[in-house]
Amino acid sequence: MAAEPLDALVAIYHRPSGTTHLLVEPAPAILDVLAGRWLDLPELRRALSDRYEVSGSIAALAERLDELVAAGLVERA
Amino acid sequence: MRRAVNVRVGPVTFRIGSDWAAPVAAVADLYRDYPPAAPVPDLTVRLEAPRQWRRWLRPQVAVTGDFGLPGMVPLPLAHGLLAAEMGMNLQMALGHRRHLLLHAASVERDGAALVMTGESGAGKSTLSALLAARGWRFMGDEFALLAPDTGLVHAFPRPVSLKNESIAAVQWDGARAGPVLTNTPKGTIRHLAPDAAALAASDRPARAALLLFPRFGQPPSVRPVPPGEAFARLTQASTNYVALGEAGFRALVRLVRAVPAVAVDYPDTESGIAAVEALWAG
Repeated sequence: MAAEPLDALVAIYHRPSGTTHLLVEPAPAILDVLAGRWLDLPELRRALSDRYEVSGSIAALAERLDELVAAGLVERA
Repeated sequence: MRRAVNVRVGPVTFRIGSDWAAPVAAVADLYRDYPPAAPVPDLTVRLEAPRQWRRWLRPQVAVTGDFGLPGMVPLPLAHGLLAAEMGMNLQMALGHRRHLLLHAASVERDGAALVMTGESGAGKSTLSALLAARGWRFMGDEFALLAPDTGLVHAFPRPVSLKNESIAAVQWDGARAGPVLTNTPKGTIRHLAPDAAALAASDRPARAALLLFPRFGQPPSVRPVPPGEAFARLTQASTNYVALGEAGFRALVRLVRAVPAVAVDYPDTESGIAAVEALWAG
């Protein structure tokens, strides 16, 4: 996956599917933290907090994660 | 194909072949001042009768070639030149892979290119022809060719396709007009082959310096377009973005990061030209 910040939008090129996505935060941060590893929701929240300023509920994070799964950018274990 | 002619437009050589002499002769005449074509074409356009009897009885031209789309409606033989132009567009859009194709007009001044992209009717062709008439180098009114390796814009200076009111509005010294084609699906059309300066420089690429998203017939407005929005618009304006894969993605990221983009609405051609010149100077 290639991620290129343009402004508020981050352009993502997803190599396995050849599709391009334009994402706003926190989606690029979630992809960054999840890259190459499996995390459950609490682990993801902790990992995000380690690297980024995180606000919002865990339910909101779950919703963002569902959107990324639907877009084919995150795989559910 | 009984008759054929090779024509080269920028880096692409087309072979236009037909069952009839007239469309091939019309193409050869319109393109007669273009640089010599390569003997082996990159893309082939065929203008053939959809049915055998259509060669003689109310003759019709079906556009085919190396690549095709289903459902293309044949044109009357009198519109054979338009069929050839449509065929070249189609073959480029579906078959060209050496550059990222942007559905855009481009003109150049002092080595820097102004790239204008928008829907059909946005005014790209008219603006580019009028800018050429005012001393800019015409690079094309249909496709801008963005090289993935260098990021430079290559010219694709096909004849400008002027429609309806634009035909009278454009006075371009040195450009050579083709026949007036009436009652086409797009109304009245006349092609203008670019002037000698544009053709002589057609192998010289240019660095993109300004991206414009013009819209004709709107109240005047000028709005900077942020890179993310420009990126999204240009993926829509490219016919081969998906086919080029990551190379196309990288080329577009590089372009929108390096080049400012502006959306320009203009009510009439004169104010459009003034807005473009002001943006370029500013």
